[in-house]
Amino acid sequence: MMLGIVGGRVYDPCNGRDGEVADVWVKDGRVVEAATIDRERAEIVDAAGLVVMPGGVEIHSHLVGAKVNSGRKLRPEDHRGNERVRAGAFRSGVGGTVPTTYVSGYLYSEMGYTTIMEAATAPLVARHTHEELEDMPNLDKGVFITMGNNHFIMQAVSEGRPEMARDYVAWLLKATKGYAIKLVNPGGVENWKWGKNVSELDDPVIGYEGVTPRKIVETLAWVNEELGLPHVPHIHGINLGRSTSARTTVETMKTLAGRRAHYCHLQFLSYGEGPRHVNKGEAAAVAAAVNADPAMTVDVGQIVFGQATTMTSDGPLQYSLHQTAGGRWMNDDVESESGGGIVPITYKRTNPVNATMWRTGLEIFLLVEDPWRVFLTTDHPNGGRFTSYPQVIRLLMDRAYREETFAGIHARARKGALLPELEREYSLYDIAVITRAGPARALGLETKGHLGVGADADIAIYAEQDDKEAMFAKPRYVFKDGVLVARDGVLVAEVPGRTFYVAPPYDPAIEDEIRAYFERAYTVAYENYAVLAGDVAGAEPVACG
Amino acid sequence: MGERFTLISGRTRRQAIAMHKGKGSPEYHAATEVVEMNADDMARLGIVDGGRATLRTPAGAVVLTAHEGALPPGLVFVPMGTAVNGIVGTETLGTGMPSFKGLDVEVEPAPGRPGVPGGEGA
Amino acid sequence: MSTVLEHVACPFCGCVCDDIAVEVDGGRVLKVKRACTSGQGVFMEYDPSPRLPRVRGAEVDWDVAVAEAAAILDASDSPLIYGLSSSASEAQRKAVALADRLGAVIDSTSSVCHGPTGLAMQAVGEPTCTLGEVRDRADVLVFWGCNPDQSHLRHLARYSANARGALTPNGRGDRTVYVVDVRETGTAKKADHFLQVAPGCDYEVLTTLRLLVQGGEPDVDVVGGIPVADLTELVERLKACRYGVFFMGMGLTMTAARQLNVAELFTLVAELNAFARCSVIPMRGHGNVTGADQVLTWTSGYPFAVSYARGYPQFSPGEFSAVDMLARRAADAALILASDPGAHFPRAAAAVLEEIPTIVLDHGPSVTAGHATVLFPTAAYGVDAAGTAYRMDNVPIPLSQVIETGRPTDEDILGRLIEAVRP
Repeated sequence: MMLGIVGGRVYDPCNGRDGEVADVWVKDGRVVEAATIDRERAEIVDAAGLVVMPGGVEIHSHLVGAKVNSGRKLRPEDHRGNERVRAGAFRSGVGGTVPTTYVSGYLYSEMGYTTIMEAATAPLVARHTHEELEDMPNLDKGVFITMGNNHFIMQAVSEGRPEMARDYVAWLLKATKGYAIKLVNPGGVENWKWGKNVSELDDPVIGYEGVTPRKIVETLAWVNEELGLPHVPHIHGINLGRSTSARTTVETMKTLAGRRAHYCHLQFLSYGEGPRHVNKGEAAAVAAAVNADPAMTVDVGQIVFGQATTMTSDGPLQYSLHQTAGGRWMNDDVESESGGGIVPITYKRTNPVNATMWRTGLEIFLLVEDPWRVFLTTDHPNGGRFTSYPQVIRLLMDRAYREETFAGIHARARKGALLPELEREYSLYDIAVITRAGPARALGLETKGHLGVGADADIAIYAEQDDKEAMFAKPRYVFKDGVLVARDGVLVAEVPGRTFYVAPPYDPAIEDEIRAYFERAYTVAYENYAVLAGDVAGAEPVACG
Repeated sequence: MGERFTLISGRTRRQAIAMHKGKGSPEYHAATEVVEMNADDMARLGIVDGGRATLRTPAGAVVLTAHEGALPPGLVFVPMGTAVNGIVGTETLGTGMPSFKGLDVEVEPAPGRPGVPGGEGA
Repeated sequence: MSTVLEHVACPFCGCVCDDIAVEVDGGRVLKVKRACTSGQGVFMEYDPSPRLPRVRGAEVDWDVAVAEAAAILDASDSPLIYGLSSSASEAQRKAVALADRLGAVIDSTSSVCHGPTGLAMQAVGEPTCTLGEVRDRADVLVFWGCNPDQSHLRHLARYSANARGALTPNGRGDRTVYVVDVRETGTAKKADHFLQVAPGCDYEVLTTLRLLVQGGEPDVDVVGGIPVADLTELVERLKACRYGVFFMGMGLTMTAARQLNVAELFTLVAELNAFARCSVIPMRGHGNVTGADQVLTWTSGYPFAVSYARGYPQFSPGEFSAVDMLARRAADAALILASDPGAHFPRAAAAVLEEIPTIVLDHGPSVTAGHATVLFPTAAYGVDAAGTAYRMDNVPIPLSQVIETGRPTDEDILGRLIEAVRP
């Protein structure tokens, strides 16, 4: 099956192409040299005047699995008015802040995205995540496995046996068919099972002698390095949402100084103490820390005014949101591993707290100098829907639009704000970096996020418009593995995707320890815990080391 | 006319085991065509332990074998299954859930053998 | 020469115990170890002999049965798909796909079990946990309107009252157990405190508990038949606990206030968290009714009582729930998957299943199967069909195929029906 995308302006930052007119040739789902193509037999897409980019790469989104599904069940009101009608063989569903799985796949696909990372799954329920992923077409995927409150790991830290943690993590990633190590409020979620939390990096974790958030972070960063994982430790730090977050975020970054790490939805962790208990945005301090350390990457977690559903593994955070916002609260403590909660929320431009959050996110985007290290997310659905990405792109590319929106937010959030002084406008090249090339590189996905020979033929083609939101909302063409899946923002084909996972080698001696641990720690059998490669449709291991 | 009681239905081990043998089996009939009642209520109605009682609601009537059980006065218990479903109505109060518990029922002694839902024994 | 398979998961009830040992030989189950009597029945009483499907009682081959079933579904204006709870999630997903294609109503046994629990969760949320947290941490348990002594036979030993865990090495000795029920059940007899609530009065008792948690004082001495002094003691014990867990069941979902009862309980548990960590776990009945909730939710957005009649999912318990659909004669054909509404529905609703064309997928001779227009004798999940089941606490557990019988699975048949009906 051969395809030629001819005469388009190609934005392929991994290969240094900044809008140069070039052809992209595809055979059997991969980008190939032009010379290998029989042009007579190739399908030709005339891309003259159009913008050609790699398909979008989502580095952090909550789309599938136990917590997300609880969010769907919790919010029937989120579904009504957002129905998607069945169209031929394409499934019906609903699509607000917690879309059903088929609809999530279709919406991302229609928006030009071709790879997503599911941001957080507790190992015990990984099987559920993979089942849902099977019902989410048109996307290649990976799953981040939460480990920052894992009993086996904390025990290893307590005993001063990092190799024990290393071998366990290798075993765990293979057993869950996970892609990366995820940390969420390390130590804090375990403490929440005692009704407490952590607030400093050196606070004790209850029940684990000598274990602190700092030690958990350091150990998992070391493990990540030892195992040679394609991604880096993906960190939702302590104090999310609190006035101490900017300080402890910077401290956490310093703890891992020079070591590769990714800090997710950074906006939510970039606050300082403000007057009358309304947090200040500390984008400048946090961005400075990011700029100073080239080893780290971040994604912003931009909030978008409107409805959202907060859902994280950060149990104590979710409880405190419930206490502040009132309303419905879901909590789930997962034995020996993790926790989490859900609280619906609405972000209003007239609310000074929300307005500050909005402003802070944009400031981070504009103050972090290297687009290769700051990626576009809304931490869907925590900050806003992923279908809002085109709006965020417009805010970054169009200063006038940004100023106009800024003028409409609460006065207290405007007072003394940095944002009006930040004149920078993202270019198409920059957008290609923060939504494709950068995330793919940070994830270690060598065939994603670029259009060089050997890349997967995941391609999004846009008609350039002044209104960048409209431009990015409806790509002219979207290809997945060289198959046309959407045209003019409308689905035309449903294709299965791959699930990337890692299975680094480990000392098999750890299995005896884990087996014994299962007797004490779990209510399921060791033999029934692991997700087998055969259980995961399209499972594809990615090399480590 | 019978006396008014509140009926609850629910799972029993015997009913679950019998289900596996088939809902037409003698075990299943024996496990489900029974009603547990407070001893004083039974005495007042003139139903002996192991005797038969007719339970009636607007949805139907069923004859069951009555046994003394740890019930407060005014409450009767029948295992879930085909027998009790002869007297549970289809009203769900807009929830989808019929009144399997908290059902108003008339109870009186019955002659003859325990019968099938809607009927009275021969 | 027999083999013993270990760590087999039992699919009968929401406990999904996965420590069962099954001895098999030549396509038959010889012995089952560690399962409760209900679980024993699942493996031992199942006759796995392959059978042919039947159309109107007469045996036919599989292609004919599929064609007949497809014809019924295609001719139907208002098909109902019901059941799902004793089927693996892989099959449940196909059932939803079929409903989507047909524009059918699809409902699971949730509607006659924990449907009201789902409605309560939608209204107020749900603070919950997995069963291991109960075993390891819980020092106070409250069983409200449920009777695991009769319904979930290994629950107390494996997960709750008697289970030994990290912080509860003495098992029962490390816990205080309360039971709230209208009668002294077997579970109540094993409790430290039995609070006998008057029938239909759970709501007032729950509201009173909320008042007590907030430091209020009722101006009566007895609520719903329970002395306020006993309720005060319960609240004090909960506020001082390390980790308190409520288990709730049909005593709340089936009685007068239905989901309002459950919402009041869930709110109580949420409010207790200001003082002590507390969670609540619904005692899900069937082995994979939780899976049915999960599957329906991730594909349609709603956990049960879903209609695809307009080409997209709509949710309306009371409207699209199966008992109501049948009672109103709103369904003109039904596909019953792994469930026996013929036996478990109120008679007037069950009788309708004998009047409309029905397609039944079941591994055994259920009452519903006895009246089927088209009967597909499929494999029994967890016995001769593998797949995934979701435990009552939402933990997904793999089910084994312990014997090979050559029976098609529910997933197989539903897949064939999807292909056979009008696109």
